[in-house]
Amino acid sequence: MRVIGCLPQRSVIWRMSTSRVAEFSIALTRYLDGNGAATGPLPGFAAAPADLLPLYRGMLRTRSFDAKAVALQRTGRLGTFASSLGQEAVGVGAASAMAAEDVLLPSFRDQAAQLWRGVTPLELLLYWGGDERGSDFAGPREDFPICVPVASHVPHAAGVALAMKLRGEARAALCLIGDGATSKGDFYEALNIAGVWRLPLVVVVANNQWAISVPRAAQSAGETLAQKAIAAGVPGEQVDGNDVIAVRDGVARALERARSGGGASLIEALTYRLTDHTTADDARRYRDDAEVTPHWHGEPVARLRQYLVANGVWSREDEEHALAGAAGEIEQAAQAFLATGPQPLSAMFDHLFARLPASLRSQRDAALGGEADNG
Amino acid sequence: MADATLVEAIDLALARAMQEDARVLVLGEDVGRDGGVFRATDGLLARFGPGRVLDTPLAEGAIAGLSVGLAAQGFRPVAEIQFMGFAYATIDQMLNHAARLRTRTRGRLSCPMVLRTPCGGGVHAPEHHSESGEACFTNIPGLRIVVPSSPRRGYGLLLAAIRDPDPVLFLEPTRLYRAMREPVSDDGTALPLDQCAILREGGDVALVGWGAVVREMLAAAQQLAEEGVAAEVIDVATLVPLDAASILASVGTTGRCVICHEAPLTAGFGAEIAAQLAGPGLLSLLAPVERVTGWDVVMPLPRLERHDMPSVARIVAAARRSLRHG
Ligand SMILES: Cc1ncc(C[n+]2csc(CCOP(=O)(O)OP(=O)(O)O)c2C)c(N)n1
Ligand SMILES: [Mg+2]
Repeated sequence: MRVIGCLPQRSVIWRMSTSRVAEFSIALTRYLDGNGAATGPLPGFAAAPADLLPLYRGMLRTRSFDAKAVALQRTGRLGTFASSLGQEAVGVGAASAMAAEDVLLPSFRDQAAQLWRGVTPLELLLYWGGDERGSDFAGPREDFPICVPVASHVPHAAGVALAMKLRGEARAALCLIGDGATSKGDFYEALNIAGVWRLPLVVVVANNQWAISVPRAAQSAGETLAQKAIAAGVPGEQVDGNDVIAVRDGVARALERARSGGGASLIEALTYRLTDHTTADDARRYRDDAEVTPHWHGEPVARLRQYLVANGVWSREDEEHALAGAAGEIEQAAQAFLATGPQPLSAMFDHLFARLPASLRSQRDAALGGEADNG
Repeated sequence: MADATLVEAIDLALARAMQEDARVLVLGEDVGRDGGVFRATDGLLARFGPGRVLDTPLAEGAIAGLSVGLAAQGFRPVAEIQFMGFAYATIDQMLNHAARLRTRTRGRLSCPMVLRTPCGGGVHAPEHHSESGEACFTNIPGLRIVVPSSPRRGYGLLLAAIRDPDPVLFLEPTRLYRAMREPVSDDGTALPLDQCAILREGGDVALVGWGAVVREMLAAAQQLAEEGVAAEVIDVATLVPLDAASILASVGTTGRCVICHEAPLTAGFGAEIAAQLAGPGLLSLLAPVERVTGWDVVMPLPRLERHDMPSVARIVAAARRSLRHG
């Protein structure tokens, strides 16, 4: 833990007396350094190195998925796609801290968390391939679909948390957003309400240092994003977002607090976007390779691999085997995606309302009647 | 006169406006170093500097609200919202403030701002990136709404919008950004606001629309011409305030009208045009007014989106239906 900043002492002149109204420090949690060496004792879930293997495999699987999705996009078979290269530990760490009955509200770069939660690679490919069926998750039925309008799902997460609280359930909502999202009113409004009502909400900010071309420093003059929690009266802390153990530990503590009536938390996971914003972006327009290259050191997959190898639970053969397994699963999903025919045209109408209103029935019939003779 | 795409024409108009008027500022997400996600502001930061081209934090409501403050202070802000799907967050500012500042203060303060945003479908974009939301803004008194249908019209109309003393929502059809090139002379000449443009003359049926769908209207007119039907193609260009007179004059001759837009049918802006035809235009109508629009559905993701967009075939079919009457 390190102290990042102290609010300058505020002096209130009142009959010559001075009252200190606020001061804060922001904790940063890290268990593995950039070379994968433990900096101290690890939390319980990581006590045995082999217990970390599922987290490692989860990150490999995500990386494999991202690579395939980008390749499909580059060959014209998928729409615009946002890779999570370099940020896999945020999603895997956060989702692995969740209970199945918690609810995830993801942004558009959160496939790591979604895959961990049981959204299938096929569903994700369908969604990014332009097919709504990809948001009809067979696995985590209560999880929200991917949110594209930045930060607009943070209030939903507060609403989900309120529902849990009203029913007296020991569950929590987990909302994933980016650093840019913390500039939106939606974020502040939701966090404020969650603070006032002590809602079982955990907001995890994947601070990957960029919002498209806008660097972190141009997004907020605050020293940290975690400190935005303080104005809302909720705990805010940083974790090393490239250290999956730190992410899981920080999120697990916040979820535990949320489920046991302790209210909301904000966690800023420090990470780095190693690739373009999306397949529609060319990051070289606004940042040099020289800025990116150093961030490959300490990236989350290599970092944990070094720890696992050093502790004798992972070998080159294990790696090859795991990579082949992940690639095989993803390739199969890609084939299934490519083999999925389009939905019937009527699907545009069939899910608008619980029951299709009469006025829309005639529009649907006209649409189905063929292009040439409908108005 | 160089050929330009729509997105290049927008960039040219912005540079021209900034060069001729030091009060013009450009602000928005990624408009600086990146030159805008569509490159509509490419080169402006290098040319005019960070005091006039401002990369904002990610906050659409604030981008619109800042523009109101800047405009009231005498600047001419041109704000970019990356996609129309994210412009709905500006409605509070546009409706409650930008559009009524002049009225509220009886002219003491005004709001000469332009809010630019790409709109419309047909480019296989992600969710929330393909909507045509103009009708969410056309019911805001005091807000001018302008939609170009080609590079040249984009250049001239944007210059006019920036020079206009009142707030303008300027909708740039994403599908047209790079769809075609045409000669654009960067001579600072604006096109008139508040006027329809007759893009093709014809006395049998009027095709009325705006933005990207104008291309389908022109193609439909061509197809109809091959059948011996002369269609008039009217690009509405400024939705509000509407140049109903031009439309009524055209329908006065043809007696038949097909209104086209990508936005959903119900309470789409075509309904206002139909109401004009049912009012002052009623006695010139020889056939029911036809509307070829998006269906009343949530904009489908790319795999189904083309089924929700007006096609040439649907426009031709509607024109033929209209011609069968009387
Ligand atoms: C409200 C809104 N405005 C603009 C956009 C366009 N856009 C998509 S991602 C993005 C940047 C988001 O940055 P950040 O929150 O840091 O997330 P990251 O992309 O880095 O994961 C922008 C501006 C959007 N999707 N939603
Ligand atoms: Mg970011």
